[in-house]
Amino acid sequence: MVENRPGLTFLAHAVLVLGVLLVAFPVYVTFIASTHTLEAIMQVPMPLTPGDRLVENYTQVLTAGSTKGSKAAAAQMLVNSTVMALVIPLGKMLISILSAFAIVYFRFPLRMFFFWMIFITLMLPVEVRIIPTFKVIADLGMLNTYAGLTVPLIASATATFLFRQFFMTVPDELAEAARVDGASPMRFFWDVLMPLSKTTMAALFVIQFIYGWNQYLWPLLITTDESMYTTVIGIKRMIVGADAANEWNLIMATAMLAMLPPALVVLLMQKWFVKGLVETEK
Amino acid sequence: MAAVSLREVRKSYTADVQVIHGVNMEIKDGEFIVILGPSGCGKSTLLRMVAGLETITAGEIAIGGRVVNRLEPKDRDIAMVFQNYALYPHMSVYDNMAYGLRIRGLSREEIDTRVQKAAAILELKDFLDRKPRALSGGQRQRVAMGRAIVREPQVFLFDEPLSNLDAKLRVQMRGELQSLHRRLGTTSLFVTHDQVEAMTLAQRMIVMNAGRAEQIGAPLEVYAKPATTFVAGFIGSPPMNLIPREGKLLGIRPEHLEPCSETEAMLTIEVDLIEPLGADTLVYGHEGRTGESARIAARLPGAVEAKAGKLSLRYRKEDVHWYDPASGKRIEA
Repeated sequence: MVENRPGLTFLAHAVLVLGVLLVAFPVYVTFIASTHTLEAIMQVPMPLTPGDRLVENYTQVLTAGSTKGSKAAAAQMLVNSTVMALVIPLGKMLISILSAFAIVYFRFPLRMFFFWMIFITLMLPVEVRIIPTFKVIADLGMLNTYAGLTVPLIASATATFLFRQFFMTVPDELAEAARVDGASPMRFFWDVLMPLSKTTMAALFVIQFIYGWNQYLWPLLITTDESMYTTVIGIKRMIVGADAANEWNLIMATAMLAMLPPALVVLLMQKWFVKGLVETEK
Repeated sequence: MAAVSLREVRKSYTADVQVIHGVNMEIKDGEFIVILGPSGCGKSTLLRMVAGLETITAGEIAIGGRVVNRLEPKDRDIAMVFQNYALYPHMSVYDNMAYGLRIRGLSREEIDTRVQKAAAILELKDFLDRKPRALSGGQRQRVAMGRAIVREPQVFLFDEPLSNLDAKLRVQMRGELQSLHRRLGTTSLFVTHDQVEAMTLAQRMIVMNAGRAEQIGAPLEVYAKPATTFVAGFIGSPPMNLIPREGKLLGIRPEHLEPCSETEAMLTIEVDLIEPLGADTLVYGHEGRTGESARIAARLPGAVEAKAGKLSLRYRKEDVHWYDPASGKRIEA
């Protein structure tokens, strides 16, 4: 704002502070709950200052899960989630950047048909095709495997579209200059397009990492073996029944662990992420 | 270095959309050729056909005696400078120039020698580590030329390389291009829509209109004897006056008209626009009173006091050109 009006400034800050509290308070409560014994947090009102069970609770979930619900160790679940959240974005990028390259830079029969075929899959997210997909994965014996967790989620029209839009803004002369320089199409792709796409890839990675990490329905269906649970599924499996029967302190500790990696990825890649979404310099 | 031959070169996108209608030209080894024409005349297309970026529908293009119709650009031994420079934005100036050489598999030392030499010629030594975005327009232009020079090609192809520069820089780069050509002596094809660039740079030029080569010749020869009414009306500023006379068109350059007394008048115009430029004054008007007759421009010495109204003009018979109004072709006296 250009004008200097203390009243407005105060109001603006008040709204922002309120917003931050609204988002941050539940996270804070989760953290507090994960540092107490179950008895302590079941009291009304529940304590709002950290307790003394931080190390014990986290060691318990990391190594042995909960005692009443799922006994899957959170350490293994974090590994599973990480594998899923890395393979999905990397696989998506690999497939999408190549298909976008083909669609933008090569003239082949039915080029637009294939583009629209890819585009139309936007209308068919996992949830819509979940039964046939499950059947296919089950028949291929991919239940309770990393492949089963990731492969059905890798195909991506969004990423293909994003790369296509980016490639179309790259001046044609660049491709022609590379041709005159003697670069083969794949060499041009590797030496020129890939470095130019770095920021787009970073933005996609962040978005897709979170997408992969937060997958719920699909891993819930195809993982029955505790060693294959992802963190999000682990939390679900720790909840066994009525409110009082659950070890909320351990569940909250797992929830904290589940929140950390995506937050870290966003924090560490923030600069690149923003660049990828707004950068126009070619 | 090599000669370039264009033989009946044609380009069409579909059966009835033809953009180049058979161009013939023999370009000698080391010659600087300018392809001049208004936008949309097919001049860039012709250049891109020589480069191998557009297919050749019919006819033949030969570089150094070798027909290149079906060769990829990299195999034609050419280098091209693009209008928007097309520098690789993520590579340093050095890498931009070295990229083509690396692909060709030259040794590191050979690449370094060539890049350093080109950088010295183009005064880019201090900028080799910079990215293109940290350079000014003129410097980017020089990098684009450097990228062409290091290749040591048989032919340089320039696609309006100066049109993105401001007026002052354009004049400077024009001079540098000329001295570069004197120094390297490489056969060059240069596309432009700017007749001043064409007149100053060309050893010979091709004036193109609607996919046809209207005239091929040395700049002064083209200026002195335009082959068609299109060339007459395109070259020169203001262009040649074309006045209907006895079923033909009389062409006379504005600078060949001089004011005279009423009795000597060979041409009388009604002046309605005066543009004093200092060194000389341009006057525009119509012959006679009707607004329908041909518009005529005359370039008078700056000292002449021009005023609106009747102006009597005369010209020398040897400065007159005649054209056939139907075909637009020159009629030799």
